[in-house]
Amino acid sequence: MTKKKGVLDLIAENRFIHILLSILLGFLVGAIFLMVMGLSVGAAYGRLFSSLTSLKGFSYVVVYAIPYIVVGLSVAFSFKTGVFNIGAEGQYVVGSMAACCVSILAGSLPKPLLIPLCFLAAMAAGALWGVIVGFLKTKWGINEVLSMIMFNWIAFYLSNFIAGLPAIKSDGTAEATKNISANASTLLSKDFINSMGLAPTANWGILVAIAMTVLVWFIIEKTTLGYELKAVGFNRHAAEYGGIGVNRSILTALAISGALAGLGGALQLMGMGGRISIFSSQEGFGFAGIVVALIGCSNPYGVLVAGLFYGALMYGGSKLNLEGVPTQLINVIVGTVVFFIAISVIFENIKRIKLPAMGRREAAKQKAAEKEETK
Amino acid sequence: MAKQYVDMNTPVIEMRNIVKKFGDFTANDGINLTVHKGEIHAILGENGAGKSTLMNQLYGLLKPTSGDILVRGKKITMQSPRDAIEAGIGMVHQHFMLVQPFTVTENIILGTEPRKGVALDMAAARKNVVEISEKYGLSIDPDAKIEDISVGMQQRVEILKALYRGADILILDEPTSSLTPQEIVELIEIMHNLTHDGKSIILITHKLKEIKESADYCTIIRLGKYIGTVDVDKVTENDLASMMVGRKVSFQVEKPPMTPGEVVLDVKDLHCLDYRGVEIVKGLDLQVRRGEIVGIAGIDGNGQTELVEVITGLRKGTRGQVLVNGTDVFNKSPRFGFDHGVSSIPADRQKHGLVLDFSIEDNLILQNYGDEPFSRGSILDRGQIFGFASDSIENYDIRPSGSEKRPAGTLSGGNQQKVIIAREVQNDKDLLIAVNPTRGLDVGAIEYVHKYLVDQRNKGKAVLLVSFELDEIMGLSDIIDVIFDGRIVSSIPGEKATENELGLMMAGGGKKA
Repeated sequence: MTKKKGVLDLIAENRFIHILLSILLGFLVGAIFLMVMGLSVGAAYGRLFSSLTSLKGFSYVVVYAIPYIVVGLSVAFSFKTGVFNIGAEGQYVVGSMAACCVSILAGSLPKPLLIPLCFLAAMAAGALWGVIVGFLKTKWGINEVLSMIMFNWIAFYLSNFIAGLPAIKSDGTAEATKNISANASTLLSKDFINSMGLAPTANWGILVAIAMTVLVWFIIEKTTLGYELKAVGFNRHAAEYGGIGVNRSILTALAISGALAGLGGALQLMGMGGRISIFSSQEGFGFAGIVVALIGCSNPYGVLVAGLFYGALMYGGSKLNLEGVPTQLINVIVGTVVFFIAISVIFENIKRIKLPAMGRREAAKQKAAEKEETK
Repeated sequence: MAKQYVDMNTPVIEMRNIVKKFGDFTANDGINLTVHKGEIHAILGENGAGKSTLMNQLYGLLKPTSGDILVRGKKITMQSPRDAIEAGIGMVHQHFMLVQPFTVTENIILGTEPRKGVALDMAAARKNVVEISEKYGLSIDPDAKIEDISVGMQQRVEILKALYRGADILILDEPTSSLTPQEIVELIEIMHNLTHDGKSIILITHKLKEIKESADYCTIIRLGKYIGTVDVDKVTENDLASMMVGRKVSFQVEKPPMTPGEVVLDVKDLHCLDYRGVEIVKGLDLQVRRGEIVGIAGIDGNGQTELVEVITGLRKGTRGQVLVNGTDVFNKSPRFGFDHGVSSIPADRQKHGLVLDFSIEDNLILQNYGDEPFSRGSILDRGQIFGFASDSIENYDIRPSGSEKRPAGTLSGGNQQKVIIAREVQNDKDLLIAVNPTRGLDVGAIEYVHKYLVDQRNKGKAVLLVSFELDEIMGLSDIIDVIFDGRIVSSIPGEKATENELGLMMAGGGKKA
């Protein structure tokens, strides 16, 4: 057995390399699909990332990324605190609709008042959506994953219902709400956008997303609240024994996570969307948030980067048909990436069960060493 | 123990100069082990000394870096446990690997089911199991479900499972760690039955008493190094202990006489239900005063676990009072009890005592994270927390040093317990409850835990000790309360108790105190 570190060794020890590798594999599988379809891999991937070569393209990526970052934070926060917020989708939808209603019904309020009001309404709605599920769980022990999935649908139909109300529905023929008040818009000024050559939907929502990233990191790492929530997440028995209110912590975690998802909805609406359509299916921001949280290792700063990466894929993906490539290719790549990230977790668990007496790291070393021996 | 069944001319296992390295860390450094036919061979070492690593190599879970393994004189290389099983080696792990909803028979035959055509031949399976259990005197109910039988019975099933697969060399990993004293006696008898039949047993343990009672030879490992193999009849427990830890160990806890002060814990007519909703504590009265250790002796399942859970606020009782310094903490939250003077070393250190994914420093402030100096407002003061952890690691000899930021789950069991003790002792509450505080620890760590319990008593704190180890109860307690069927049935001064008398009272033969 050698002292040299094997590749597997490195992957097992370093989560970052692990994820990079998963992403690489995602693109590899994507490339295989492209080749099978007889399309040029170079042209497709070139187009996918062409956005990153210009300021305009990059500003598009940032705009796309804003909701993914904030919803990703929501899911990452829930992971850290031991609840799996698969309900971010619903929280996003009610948050977005709450902001929309406020901006339409109180549209005459001045900008400095209306925008914070919209944010607050969205966060309150998202938090409420999370807390209801938390209440069902802590009061009657109803599995949160099931009720969250149902609440995603409740949110979806509620949103469509509200969008059809006379006070909210568009005056024209569009199957959508009225446009939000200009006073609720987070768009940068037209002059600035034109002079810099940015995307027409460039907005300052990214600053909110960055602020939230720092805030979430601060709560998790630096506050007693974060300590409590993590303790409950990792081991609720020990937390309870240590005097932490477990039920209260679960509710708090879901409220914060829900508020973040709701805020994600508001940021998307007030920066990019401008109005909410009556949808025929769920938009999937909440589920994208799960992917972003996974790629970002549930670390707030990791989520920030992962959100930008996801935004780049989504924006670049929308341009793929220019090369005759189906945009579904992005789903193939993202699916593969998630698959390989998830499979690594399974792999680690198997090792842990098989070699209980050894540390996980030792087990990985052992495995790597054996591989080398058999070569 | 006369070596009546040992055939010194027939070595069945020889491990020669075994070296096992994990990266730069050497877990086994030149270990030698020879086990003969009909022999019970104990492997003794502190937690983390390399016992399990050695056995995992013998069972094909790990491959030695260098050194040879010979089975019945033939050198073999094992790729997996399957090879070990084929060579006639069976292993009973410390944590059983049984399918809970399956019956005893189903578990034993799992993987080697007898068939009739494509169908499972359950009748033949049951017959085989009964035969083999009678042959070795391991009586079991072949139709009982695992989830319904005791831990001792589950262990028999594990042993039968190994025998069923044709093992004649059995590795038992810490087999007594979860058994009651009676079950331990039975296990030793079973081991002797097996060696009588020509089987060989390797016993991994750190309990010296059991080695003296059962083993023929003992190999001692310290910090991965081979210390020696001794004839158990020719050494004392003290000799074994000092070989294991490398220094003199004292079993006798120095306990200066103390006059107990006022009552700290006063439990009155306590009732509570167990997890099935059956009343398990049935009108229990108990007092612990300042400057005394009250030991609760009893067989598992007589209500002691639930009693502690009610006192610490983890379980709701149905009736009664739990006064701590005059305040009733009955059916209040764990926080309330803690704020009014209750601290505890919980029975299950990994479930209640520690957040294994948290660092040592975060575990050390589990109850105090919200208080100064560890936080101000709602902001944690990382500098203070780190400083507190550094001091605790040094003062309480938590190893390895410099592990403030390491997850608690990476420490050995003994050091995990030290983290809990450091925390609870520094909480400095009037009442300290310790439940099986030395379970699974080696003698060095046990000595350490006992010292801190006695220190708390000497400082005028009230200490309630619940333990299944009678030696521990008798060695530490000023007063021994015997619990039976949910009540304290006798209360006797610690120095007057004898093992026989206690055993009788624990079995329900005591008079009402």
